[in-house]
Amino acid sequence: MTAKTQLTRRGFIGASAALTALIATGAPVLAQSADSLTIAYNIPVQSWDPTTGPAAVNPALQSIYLAVFDRFIDQAPDLSFGPGLLTEWGFNDDKTKITMTVREGVKWHNGDDFTPEDVVWSLTRAANPEIGNPMQFVWSKIGNFSVEGNVITGDVFSFEPALFKWMAFLTAFVLPKTYYEEVGSEGFEKAPIGTGPYMVDAYEQGAYVRLKAFADYWGGAPEFDTVTIKFVTDAASRVAEIESGNVDVTSNMPYEEYDRLIAKDGLSGVAVPITDIGMIFLNDIDVMLDKNVRLAAHHAIDKQLIIDRLLRGYGVALSTLEVPGYAAYDDSIVVEYDPEKSKKLLAASGYSTDNPVTFTIQTTRGFKPKDYEMIQAIVGMWRKVGINAEIEVYEIAKHYELRASDTLAPAAFYNWGNSIGDPSTSTGFSMFGPSPHAVWDSPDLVEKIGPLFVEPDEDKRIQGYKDVSRYIAEEGYVIPILQYVMPIVYASTVNVVPYTSGDLLPQAMTKA
Amino acid sequence: MLLKTVFVRLLTTVITLFGVAVVVFVLVRVAPGNPIAMMLPPGATEKDIAALNAVYGFDKSLAEQFIIWLGGVLHGDFGTSITLRQPVAELVLGRLPATLELSSVALLLALALGGCVAVIGARKRGTGTEVGLDLTSGAVLSVPDFLWGLIFVLVFGVLWPVLSISGRVDPRIDIDFTTNFYIFEGLLRGRLDVVGSTLSHMLMPAMSLALPLAAMIAQLLKQNLKEALTQDYTTLARVRGFSETAVILREALRNAALPTLALVGVQFTFLIGGTVIVERLFAFEGLGNMAIDAVINRDLPLIQGIVLLFAALFTVINLLVDLSYTFLNPRLRHG
Repeated sequence: MTAKTQLTRRGFIGASAALTALIATGAPVLAQSADSLTIAYNIPVQSWDPTTGPAAVNPALQSIYLAVFDRFIDQAPDLSFGPGLLTEWGFNDDKTKITMTVREGVKWHNGDDFTPEDVVWSLTRAANPEIGNPMQFVWSKIGNFSVEGNVITGDVFSFEPALFKWMAFLTAFVLPKTYYEEVGSEGFEKAPIGTGPYMVDAYEQGAYVRLKAFADYWGGAPEFDTVTIKFVTDAASRVAEIESGNVDVTSNMPYEEYDRLIAKDGLSGVAVPITDIGMIFLNDIDVMLDKNVRLAAHHAIDKQLIIDRLLRGYGVALSTLEVPGYAAYDDSIVVEYDPEKSKKLLAASGYSTDNPVTFTIQTTRGFKPKDYEMIQAIVGMWRKVGINAEIEVYEIAKHYELRASDTLAPAAFYNWGNSIGDPSTSTGFSMFGPSPHAVWDSPDLVEKIGPLFVEPDEDKRIQGYKDVSRYIAEEGYVIPILQYVMPIVYASTVNVVPYTSGDLLPQAMTKA
Repeated sequence: MLLKTVFVRLLTTVITLFGVAVVVFVLVRVAPGNPIAMMLPPGATEKDIAALNAVYGFDKSLAEQFIIWLGGVLHGDFGTSITLRQPVAELVLGRLPATLELSSVALLLALALGGCVAVIGARKRGTGTEVGLDLTSGAVLSVPDFLWGLIFVLVFGVLWPVLSISGRVDPRIDIDFTTNFYIFEGLLRGRLDVVGSTLSHMLMPAMSLALPLAAMIAQLLKQNLKEALTQDYTTLARVRGFSETAVILREALRNAALPTLALVGVQFTFLIGGTVIVERLFAFEGLGNMAIDAVINRDLPLIQGIVLLFAALFTVINLLVDLSYTFLNPRLRHG
């Protein structure tokens, strides 16, 4: 009996040791090896077709798509445009035709040659309403393509001034005609290929994607041979991953954590303003029909205080929906913080702190950094001037639904991204009544913005948007709050190039 | 008798699943948030919106949508995920092994930990050790699983980085398994690298899930052991010269374990439910993590598929627990 007990103990100890050894074989290894890079990314790839479905218009996924695929036109870190798979592009004088010159010597990841037919097929497919490209309304404005050598010409069905900027934006990726037709959409999801700097080597849905450098990339092979992008949706886990050395790069953590992490040995960071702004939509209902109330609400907000106190200084206060770097940014348009002016405006409409104007403001909680806290602070500022706002928290999906059906509350917090910096995709679509994304629907704005969507004179178009922005600020149709800053933390052995568009591109990372 | 019980339970399971299907289908459609609204381009017209609704079948009435969906389900077609653009059945069954392995490992850990604490508590009954173990169990139980997760991440992921923080397996390992049961298939194939990496990634989330259940098991089992230790058969064992530990392990444990089994069965379903948050925290690619993404993106077909699978799992587990309880309890077996 004793012998049996001893044997069991021995067995138990042996089994424990074996299990420990087994687990030890799987213990984490520090991320950085000579030619590999590990990134903890905040959102998983949902689909490998960057031109269809909801994933195609998710700004956060564009970085990963840009590692594998190329757009028609490239965009630099400062938002400027440059040659991509197209080397030259333009309208003819009367804007009835477009001409595009296709880059030569480009290869697909499977070794096939990239051809102008791939471009034509991609554009035609994008314009087909049955395919489900969310930006089909843009791509359907051109067609009837013909190819001569490496030059493509096409007809313009409906003039879109920002067409070539759209070619560097959402869904503007070129896919391989022959390969896609051969494997079909399901086959492409399983084995996607592009012309981008990295090839998909392994992909575990919801977990990670492992990329291998494409030696034949037309822009030169990227510096890291292997890039592993782990999908870590929880910010606390991303912080732990970078802090423990398991990953080399991560982003989108709370600013408090960013400041703490970059103070540590072996870690560096960069935080740059990106093309994502926090704003309060005003709806043309109830008390918001009163201009005094709208302007009072705007003048009562100390945006810089919010940035300094809640966001630790990471943000840029805004007065319009255009930010520095956008084509129609005008720094002379300023809606100053002036609570006394707010009180006077409200008094003119019969409101005061004793008799406050009342409305509901909707906001998400945790969707953007300190969104709910910002609205709490704003409501506090409003209370001091005679505005009593009740906060209603909802999910972002609810916001989209209410916005599309034009049933948002009188005020609603939201963030608006515009990585091409064109005024049509910021002020234009957010304030043009017929757009499903607009909230303020007054005819004066429809009249002012409508013609700008088709204005052929670029200088006139940009000036038109500046004028509209000034008019919107004077009328108080919307309350822009701030431009967000994206924090990126990385191992000191890596160099990271921040993109104003918010992209985090592995091909732009090098060894320090 | 047993066959009749199984038949009745299977019948009620089918009815339950149908009820769940109806409720889920209606709930996800009346809940706030429209998937089409989330993918509308800036220039979308009413016609574009109608076209998108038609593409995803939302242009039909609720009843028509349900009949189409149910018809598909009966033929094994749960629809196509809106965001992931793949068949729901394929996606859900692909993630199920990860959640099942995580839950199973968590259950084993909970049984081992809870069992040990219960036996020690019973062995040291009436002493300060028992009080200490009771207090510890209470404290462990009062901390939710996700908070344990954060504590583990801090301790074993950051301060003493010996375990992997996120994911299910090291991305550098090539895995060409037939199933997604990495531990099971890894052992069968002798791929200890996969098994080791999976366990290293799984230990923290599994412990987070296991600790509250372990505390529950410890408290219940210890109580049952203490009761059993006052029975005649245990006194007789002592008279026969058995040590107190042997009395507990050989005589009392068998009877005391029965009520614990019922608890474990019920709690196992809660444990699977708990994977939703824990999987998110550890970026563990199981069903729970997928469920959160599906809800955020209002991926209605995927939500329906996941909920239906969870419901099926719960009912099957409950059925198995009931049957095993009947089988193990002689009074029920012969009653």
